[in-house]
Amino acid sequence: MTVSLRESVQLVSDPRNLDASVEEVFHLMLGVDCRREPAPAVIEPESVTAVVGFGGLLSGACVFKSGSTAAMKIAAHMTGMEFEEVDDTVKDGIGEICNMLAGSWKGKVPDLAANCGLSVPAVITGRDYNLHVQAPEFRLNHAYRFEDASFEVTIICDKLQ
Amino acid sequence: MSEIRTLIVDDSSVMRKIVERSLRQAGLDPLVVHEAGSGTEGLDVLKSKQVDLILSDINMPSMDGLEFLRQLREQNLAPGVPVVMITTESSEEHVKQAILAGAQGYIRKPFTAEQVKERVLPLLHAA
Repeated sequence: MTVSLRESVQLVSDPRNLDASVEEVFHLMLGVDCRREPAPAVIEPESVTAVVGFGGLLSGACVFKSGSTAAMKIAAHMTGMEFEEVDDTVKDGIGEICNMLAGSWKGKVPDLAANCGLSVPAVITGRDYNLHVQAPEFRLNHAYRFEDASFEVTIICDKLQ
Repeated sequence: MSEIRTLIVDDSSVMRKIVERSLRQAGLDPLVVHEAGSGTEGLDVLKSKQVDLILSDINMPSMDGLEFLRQLREQNLAPGVPVVMITTESSEEHVKQAILAGAQGYIRKPFTAEQVKERVLPLLHAA
């Protein structure tokens, strides 16, 4: 039987799935409670972005973005280490967070979990850059906060089959 | 409990540390941990080290976890040693693929130390 997600677009794009995934990943892997913020995240110019691609019935990406300070704080919670700069361990940790967010998000919809693969994470650091996708099928962009650290998570669906 | 020799295969060094910490929290002590950043490295480790337990990620560059598992069986490395896959992929199909390739257990990321304990301890006792 041919599986299609076109009829399930409401389910796939349900914003509650993203919130549940963020809460689950941060609670289980960092031991912190995250809350969604109504306003866009305030991210310092020096930032860290991780991208995990989706392929299969849904093509697109899960994008995590935070300032360097928040990224170091997340990595510190994951590893029990302290960081003074965004080194390879911090980048590795943020890539894994994005990987788990992408996996958890697609796992909320069984047909998506079974018919959509994940790429290995790519991590971008620096300042003054933007990620632009032309005319996505849908896009979810939520800001979150734990303690004094804020970050944003974006799901971009480029194509749904 | 006697020393438990473990191989953790994951391209993320942070995840390797988290898995190690979870094993210790699960009461696996004393624990000796060997680490590998890919399936290829994992096979190399097993050519020179004996282990009691293997935990491997699936989604890795160069050689993924399923290919690592197939090579492990093909080369008859670590015979009888339980292998647990730890991965973000959670569909029935992915679990089936891992079991067919020879895995005895499956842990979905994100996970708790309690989940690691539930999956790993019975395998160690059965081995």
